[in-house]
Amino acid sequence: MGKSLFQKVWDTHRVGTLADGRTQLFIGTHLIHEVTSPQAFGMLRDLGLKVKFPQRTFATVDHIVPTRDQSAPQDPLAAAMMTALRENVDQFGITYFDLSSGKQGIVHVVGPEQGITQPGTTIACGDSHTATHGAFGAIAFGIGTTQVRDVLASQTLALEALKVRRIEVNGQLPPGVYAKDVILHIIRQLGARGGIGYAYEYAGEVFEQMSMEERMTVCNMSIEGGARCGYINPDAKTVAYLQGRPYVDMSDFAATAARWLSFASDADAVYDDIVRMDAATIEPTVTWGISPDQGIAISECIPDPAAAPNQIAKDSIVEALAYMKIPAGAPIMGVAINVAFIGSCTNGRLSDFREVAKYLPGHKVAPGVTALAVPGSQIVAIQCENEGLPQIFRDAGFEWRDAGCSMCLAMNPDKLVGDQLCASSSNRNFKGRQGSSTGRTVLMSPVMVAAAAIRGSIADAREVFAIK
Amino acid sequence: MSLAPVTQVSGRAVFIPGADIDTDRIIPARFMKCITFDGLGEFAFYDVRFDEHGQPTAHPLNDPRFAGASILLAGLNFGCGSSREHAPQSLRKYGFNGVVAESFAEIFFGNSTTLAMPCVIATAADLAALRLQVEAEPATVVTIDVAALRVRSSGGLDFPVTMPESAREALVSGRWDPIQELLDNVAAIDAKAAELHYV
Ligand code: SF4
Repeated sequence: MGKSLFQKVWDTHRVGTLADGRTQLFIGTHLIHEVTSPQAFGMLRDLGLKVKFPQRTFATVDHIVPTRDQSAPQDPLAAAMMTALRENVDQFGITYFDLSSGKQGIVHVVGPEQGITQPGTTIACGDSHTATHGAFGAIAFGIGTTQVRDVLASQTLALEALKVRRIEVNGQLPPGVYAKDVILHIIRQLGARGGIGYAYEYAGEVFEQMSMEERMTVCNMSIEGGARCGYINPDAKTVAYLQGRPYVDMSDFAATAARWLSFASDADAVYDDIVRMDAATIEPTVTWGISPDQGIAISECIPDPAAAPNQIAKDSIVEALAYMKIPAGAPIMGVAINVAFIGSCTNGRLSDFREVAKYLPGHKVAPGVTALAVPGSQIVAIQCENEGLPQIFRDAGFEWRDAGCSMCLAMNPDKLVGDQLCASSSNRNFKGRQGSSTGRTVLMSPVMVAAAAIRGSIADAREVFAIK
Repeated sequence: MSLAPVTQVSGRAVFIPGADIDTDRIIPARFMKCITFDGLGEFAFYDVRFDEHGQPTAHPLNDPRFAGASILLAGLNFGCGSSREHAPQSLRKYGFNGVVAESFAEIFFGNSTTLAMPCVIATAADLAALRLQVEAEPATVVTIDVAALRVRSSGGLDFPVTMPESAREALVSGRWDPIQELLDNVAAIDAKAAELHYV
């Protein structure tokens, strides 16, 4: 009987079984950032502990970085967080991709870029989007701050094994339908709580055909579907992406690559659940509510609570529509926007900006719309500059910013004001997520964000840009 | 490190309605600009407790009848979204000692267990009955019996609840913070590190 990648990686990293029955799992790679780590280092000091494998933890700064000018003076609280991270990495000897390194960026962009993220490994980070690294065939978990302490002190975690659901999407995606649409569609189908207790294995032709960056977009949002981790089996593309990156050992690369590929799920692996979807049925997808599973195809209408199948669903729709201030039963297309945001660990990589830049020439952001393009890392920013992309965005009326989490959440100066509505390539449409307690978020692919920016309202990018 | 066993917690309760209450709602990101967890309690559910002008809303936590409640009752998928431990930390510091809900997001659940705040799962019907009782009589004392996996109320309700056995065991045996046990296995950790090619 074959094993899934999840089982292989789990078995390879199992240290033992704890008294309460959980597995003590070795965490090969640990990523930290300024928000969820300071308290963990505080706990470590209180207990008089050291960092066990300082060379296996990597730090960057992302959430609080001002993107208009990274070096701009920070507010005192943000400055205290930066200082704490600097002191902690210095005291414990941890590698830090700081603002002056040329390698700083969103933690889930930096890990793969540096080749720190590798197949067949375990990765933990005090951030729920750690599942992003699953695109490389790693088992990557988001953890809490006390667990950050556990990894620092012991390089292990106490964890319960997950079940594995294989999500197979076969067939051909229609033109203008992107990785973001695929994951929004999956979450819509399986629900925001559908993945509780599961790791998601994304398999089938659609994921095989995707680039590594597209695979990251998909795995990134596993948590929005309730799954703590999601992954795609490593293949030739995975190996090609990693070859030559700074943290990849090139001394016997053939052997390394063979070992990586050996972690892929066996053909006769047994799954706890299998779900199949047809790529041809997926349309550009947008959210209409306050949970990432509240999504519809761009051609559909906003749900009507009167048609809800049960009371819980009805209450959720009523609450979401009241917050979003949009009418039940009307088309989502045409809903006015105030802000357009392209960036985040979901869609802030070179391929995202390249794809949008293909369509921007000849178009202008609608009057009254603030449009931001924010690269996910300093390296992405340089790659974009090398291809002349910032100018294309600026010519179209976008502000081109420095690397950081920016408007994905409200810990830096980029925030919604009042009940502004944002067409956003990020991953969460929760109430207040983008920095105003009444701010509204509609999630979509970067190309759809660009289309909305140009129309000044939610639009079908296939029509705006004549994508055929 | 010896920890206090958590066999049961009790107190008055408050019901917070809605499914999929995320950790951004429990503690908005701007309050995470901090380097300690101290002081997070007052910001729990801030943006739904106060309107844009800082005026209290009709949120249950602003209802004087439920002031001082220490057991939180909730719906499906409580604590979804961000992994921020700031969320259970803020609930703990606000004064909550336990949560009864229809289901929990996993990271939130694990974070809460590690803070010795039991999260137990009840059926929708049992939760609805408990909610009715608590809202009719806010002085009702609700007890989460972690050892026996039951929830009882001073109003006479007594129903079974669930939680993963490993979490129950960790709480009742005073092992809810695993750090010492993890460190005790240092020989096995070093052996594993030596075996893994990339470490
Ligand atoms: S871009 Fe958004 S989701 Fe990603 S790490 Fe930053 S804040 Fe979190």
